[in-house]
Amino acid sequence: MFESMELSTLQQYWWVIISILGAALVFLLFVQGGQTLIFQLTKTEEERNLVVNALGRKWELTFTTLVTFGGAFFASFPLFYATSFGGAYWVWIIILIGFVLQAVSYEFRSKIGNIFGKKTYEWFLFVNGFLATVLLGAAVSTFFTGSAFSIDEFNLPKWDMPTHGLEAALNIQNLSLGLALFFLTRMTASMFFINTVKDENILIRSQKQVFWNGLIFLFFFLLFLVLLFTSKGYAIDSNGTVYMENYKYLNNLLEMPLVLILFLVGVILVLWAWYRSFSKGIARAFWCSGVGVFLVVLSLFFIAGFNNTSFYPSYTSLQSSLTIYNASSSHFTLTVMSYVSLFVPVVILYIALAWKTLSKAKISQEELNNNSHVY
Amino acid sequence: MVLLDALLTDWSRAQFALTAIYHWFFVPLTLGLSFIMAITETFYVKTGNEEWKKITKFWMTLFGINFAIGVATGIILEFEFGTNWSKYSWIVGDIFGAPLAIEGIFAFFLESTFVAVMFFGWEKMSKKFHLLSTWLVAFGSNLSAYWILVANAWMNNPVGTVFNPDTARNEMVSFAEVAFSPFAINKFLHTISSGYVISALFVLGVSSWYLLKNRHIILAKKSIIVASIFGLISTFFIILTGDGSAYQVAQKQPMKFAVMEGLYEGKKGADLVVFGILNPSKTINDTSDAFIGKIAIPKFMSLLAYRDANAFVPGIKDILYGNDKYGIEPAENKVERGKTSLSALKMYKEAKKMGDTLTAQSALEDFKKNYPDFGYAHFTSVEQLVPNIPLVFYSFHIMVGLGFLFLVIFVLALWYSLKDKLSDKKWLLRIAVLSIPLGYIASQLGWVVAEVGRQPWAIQDVLHVFKATSHLSVGNVQTTFFLLLVLLTVLFIAEIRILINQIKKGPKEL
Repeated sequence: MFESMELSTLQQYWWVIISILGAALVFLLFVQGGQTLIFQLTKTEEERNLVVNALGRKWELTFTTLVTFGGAFFASFPLFYATSFGGAYWVWIIILIGFVLQAVSYEFRSKIGNIFGKKTYEWFLFVNGFLATVLLGAAVSTFFTGSAFSIDEFNLPKWDMPTHGLEAALNIQNLSLGLALFFLTRMTASMFFINTVKDENILIRSQKQVFWNGLIFLFFFLLFLVLLFTSKGYAIDSNGTVYMENYKYLNNLLEMPLVLILFLVGVILVLWAWYRSFSKGIARAFWCSGVGVFLVVLSLFFIAGFNNTSFYPSYTSLQSSLTIYNASSSHFTLTVMSYVSLFVPVVILYIALAWKTLSKAKISQEELNNNSHVY
Repeated sequence: MVLLDALLTDWSRAQFALTAIYHWFFVPLTLGLSFIMAITETFYVKTGNEEWKKITKFWMTLFGINFAIGVATGIILEFEFGTNWSKYSWIVGDIFGAPLAIEGIFAFFLESTFVAVMFFGWEKMSKKFHLLSTWLVAFGSNLSAYWILVANAWMNNPVGTVFNPDTARNEMVSFAEVAFSPFAINKFLHTISSGYVISALFVLGVSSWYLLKNRHIILAKKSIIVASIFGLISTFFIILTGDGSAYQVAQKQPMKFAVMEGLYEGKKGADLVVFGILNPSKTINDTSDAFIGKIAIPKFMSLLAYRDANAFVPGIKDILYGNDKYGIEPAENKVERGKTSLSALKMYKEAKKMGDTLTAQSALEDFKKNYPDFGYAHFTSVEQLVPNIPLVFYSFHIMVGLGFLFLVIFVLALWYSLKDKLSDKKWLLRIAVLSIPLGYIASQLGWVVAEVGRQPWAIQDVLHVFKATSHLSVGNVQTTFFLLLVLLTVLFIAEIRILINQIKKGPKEL
């Protein structure tokens, strides 16, 4: 089935898969947002245990999605993998160190002999939550603002800034998406606690957090959108030459009506979930916001990669910019990987079943006392 | 520039080795302990005996601690291909990326989803469904090992690929050849069985400690029976697949094989050195004996390498300088052809850019003719093709020796357990406790043989390790090396302390 497809069709198909994984990852980063709320949401040791354990049952899902996102990018667009990871070295290393700290923190936190004590591991979780959201947000924003790299005749990448990616944090547009993601995930995490934790105090505090974090998120996200839609963008012509086009990303949104619909529906769902959650503490608002976040991020990825756009542009060497057409794997590899991608729905199905089975009842103090595996 | 390249390569290798070594302290236990837990839980479900549940939950706690840090070190490794080996990621990403992505989609999600079900689902589902989850964790973790080992095997035996001069990279042409090459299957079976042996030694060692302390006797005795049977089967398997691996290496990586055996001059009916001390002043070109002392089995090396006791096994010198009698070409010729193919590729690119199709065509033909040795283009002397001999030789021999020691330990443990006399054999219990680190040492040494033995290649005969790094300054990599060294060491110490404390605490009463 896939082998008879045109290379460009497979490249587009794989950009859709990458976008889906990216969108799922951003939604699942609620775990990271939640980790930055551990201290604000709780006043007693018991409350803190509840919050940490609620997140602790989901952290692996986010972590695995990140790893798969990386692996899928490697397999489908290896030139991006080579350019971005080897180039924006420090950004990725800092993100990775945060995830290393996270992976051990849940398991080690309350175990005897953990050297640093509970509080340190809770701070590790905070650090991961902060760094992962702000830096991943900023990194995604460079899909629109560009990076400093060049590609030689053998397709080997070279970064043109000695700061190796940290320079991206100085761009207001990148920073605004980073902070938007930080506050968004804190908002969705608060909704998750309302949905999952059975504790009156945490419920009330979470509602408050939904309101404030949602408000700040809106500010930064609007700032990002204004900058995005009024800026020049990296377009490609029919010969594959990259040039700057006025209002490129706004044009992309308007020229792809389906993407515009996804974007608007996503925004409305997030806003609706925000309102229902902070005003009434509706548990299902978490899922409504999840779908909304997924759709908005999906549409942003589509704007970045489709409609003759460079998804990973270079501002130091315009013609080195990466597109889904010049950065991809071969027809053969994309075909093999496309067959593999058919299993993704099965994966989603068993994840959903496992989530449902484990979430039959809300997490409460009583349940924690009876469980043999507590973080 | 060459010096800087060498320094950058050394530090990039050091960083990768650091993370890989730490990763491999945790993963093997996950591979085997998951099966041991699944077996003990199966006994629980079959018999309804709560003692088996207690045993399962105890090993599960230790599994959880170990799993978390295995995951933590694994994520760095995956992304390090991009961060530190970005040229590698482009040149072979078309092949190498696929197993990594498949690992994520098929194995990691299975593992991480059912790990959560396994830990938190005891009271939320039927016994049978919980048991299925535990088996799926075991299956998932071993499946993930399969895909990453397929990728590693491909680095040693790059099959199913062609070089595309237009994109300047290797591209996959046969997924089946990559995913199911005999090299990959042997590597997978050998590596996972080393994980099983480590896990069996771990369970045996911890349980023996309980017997020595006269604590948790039932848990210890039952666990020892499971561990020693599991360990015994795994050790037989490791010997079998070890033989298969050595055979594959002899066929596909003759230099690695010669170095593993300390064989400088090729021989017909070559002896296998069982125990040997290398002559430290020996150089490739002198005629002194390679060994100060050795014990060898006549003709056994030829038998292992070619399934023929009289076969000729090429030595390091034969591979470097050629051997007319056995049709081995000097490596110098390969270097020459490599250089020719590189200039032809450059000419092809240049001519194509200028629109000169005729020159492009002839350059392309020239390139294709010399392509099989393309990887040799960057060598300045053939001696650079030899990996570190003492490191590979001793690593290999200590690993094999330890493997046979484990066989004896499992046989004795099982024998005395079945006779119910193990508690009286304090000496054996002490040896079992002391063997826990030996399992890890053997397995790490196996990786040293595989990875150091492949040098100076990142991809055997295709990509020189110099040409695989990212375009970074040495200072950046040195900084991240020390950052990771401190971080991983601290977490490693914490992990060991937590494990020891949990073992001292013992199982939770149900």
